[in-house]
Amino acid sequence: MSTHASFILLHGDDNVLVCRARAEAGETVAVDDQILTLTSPIEVGHKIARRDLSIGDKIYKYGAPIGSMTTDAKAGDHVHMHNMQSDYIKTHTREATHG
Amino acid sequence: MDSLSPATAPAHIDPNTFTFPAWQRSDGRKGIRNIVAVAYLVECAHHVARRIVDKSGRDDVHLIGFPGCYPNQYALDMMQALCTHPNVGGVVLVSLGCESFNREALRKAVEASGRPVEVFVIQQEGGTASTIQKGVDAVSRIRAIADTTPKTEMKTSELVIGTICGGSDGTSGITANPAVGRAFDTLGAIGSACVFEETGELIGCEKIMASRAITPELGVELEACVQKAETYYSIMGFGSFAPGNSDGGLTTLEEKSMGAYSKSGSAPICGILKPGDVPPTGGLYLLDVVPDGEPRFGFPNISDNAEIVEMIACGCHLTLFTTGRGSVVGSAISPVIKVCANPETYRRLEGDMDVDAGRIMEGRATLDEVGAEITDLILRVSAGEPSKSEAMGHQEFILTYKAFDPVGPACLPLKRA
Repeated sequence: MSTHASFILLHGDDNVLVCRARAEAGETVAVDDQILTLTSPIEVGHKIARRDLSIGDKIYKYGAPIGSMTTDAKAGDHVHMHNMQSDYIKTHTREATHG
Repeated sequence: MDSLSPATAPAHIDPNTFTFPAWQRSDGRKGIRNIVAVAYLVECAHHVARRIVDKSGRDDVHLIGFPGCYPNQYALDMMQALCTHPNVGGVVLVSLGCESFNREALRKAVEASGRPVEVFVIQQEGGTASTIQKGVDAVSRIRAIADTTPKTEMKTSELVIGTICGGSDGTSGITANPAVGRAFDTLGAIGSACVFEETGELIGCEKIMASRAITPELGVELEACVQKAETYYSIMGFGSFAPGNSDGGLTTLEEKSMGAYSKSGSAPICGILKPGDVPPTGGLYLLDVVPDGEPRFGFPNISDNAEIVEMIACGCHLTLFTTGRGSVVGSAISPVIKVCANPETYRRLEGDMDVDAGRIMEGRATLDEVGAEITDLILRVSAGEPSKSEAMGHQEFILTYKAFDPVGPACLPLKRA
C-alpha cells in the first residue's frame, strides 16, 4: 500500500486537507504524526478530514470557516456535501428545481 | 529535462516600462482593440443584427444588444458605456421600431463621444432583407471611419483589467485565483485599475475584505454590499453556486467565496464600483453586481458573461477568467484570458486555456511564476496578440434587466490630480 503525498494543508488552522492528484480508496496519507487510510477515492480539489470530526464542528480551509459538519467523520474521510453544509446559503444540486 | 521545471523560462516583459500601440479616443481613454459594434435594441432585431455581423465577415465586428421591450435605465446606461468603450471605434444600431429602448439617447451618446454611428429601424427600412443589406453597407462605412482613429502609445498604468471566475472547483482558490491576485498586485502597484467582482461569491469573506479598505467608511460599505448580496440570493433561493462547483470538490458557498476572494490579491481596496462606473484612479476596486432594492428581475447575473459585460462597461480593456471545471467563453468588445486552475482540466481543454495554473497543484510552478506569466500575457494581449477565446471567435454577450442606485460618497477615492 503506497503512501499518497498529494494532499496539501493550506493553513495551519485547517482541519481538512485538499487533494492535488486523484487518490484511490485504501491508499494511505501521512498527516501530522499519523497515517490515515482513505475510505473512498478522492478527486483533485476535494477535501479529506485531517482529524476526527464531530457533528456541528466548523470546517476550516485557508484558515477560514467554510461550513459545519452535519455528521461525524473519521480522519481521512471525504468531507463534502454528504457530511457538511454551508453556514450561509444552502448548496443546491442538479436535482433542485426551486429554492 | 527536469519534469518539475517549466518547459521554457520565458523572458518577462517589464510592466513598468512596456508601452504598446493603442487607439486614442476623444474622452482621453485609449483602446487596445478597435471594434465596430452592431447592437440590437430589442430581441426582435437580434436576427437582423446577427446577419449584419455575419455577412460583414470580419472578426473586428461584434454583436451586442439588449433583448427587452420594456424601458430600463440600467440597460440604457450599460449600452451607452459599451458603445463608447475605449475598445469600440464605431457603432451600428438596429431597432425594430416599436420597442421602448431610447435609441435616440444612445445614438446621441455615441455621436457625442466622437464615434461614427448609424441607426436602422427595421419597420422603416423595408424589413429584414433590406435592413441586413443596409446594415452591411453601414458596417463598411463605419469600419472605414473607425480605421482612421488616431493611434497612440499606451502604458501599463492606463489599463483597466477585470477578473471573474467561472466553473470554479476545489483547485481554483489554490492555483488560478491567487495567481491572478499576484498579477493584480503587480499591475495595481504600477497604476492599472484592477476590478474584481461578484459580491454573491464573497459571502463569508466580508470581514476580511473590509479590513483591506483604504478608509473605515469604505470598509462599512464593503461589508454592506456583501450583506446585500446574501439577502438577495437568499430571496432567490439559490446561492451563486453551480452543481459543477461541487463536482469539483467545493462544498459550500463560503468555501467557494474564500477561493474567489483570492483573485483580489493583497493590495488595499480603494473603492466600490457599480456596473458602468469607470474607476477614477488606478488600484483595486470591487464591482458590486447585485441590484439595489427589492429583487425585481431575478438573479443578479444569470451567467458568467453577464458579469464580463458589466466589467467591460466599467472600461475593462480585458478580462482574466479563472476556471477549474473549464469554461470556454470569450466576450464581445474586450478579450478574455482564460487561466485554468485544474491540471486535469487543462489537459482536456488545452486549446481553450491561455494559462496552465494547474502546474501549481502538481508542484511544477509557483504562484509567483504563474502570476508573472499572467502579467506578461495581459501585456501581450494588450499589444494585440489574440487570446485563445478571441482567436477562436468567442464573442459571447448578454445583458438583462437590473436596477441600481448610484454608489455612495464613501465608495470612491478622490480622482488622482
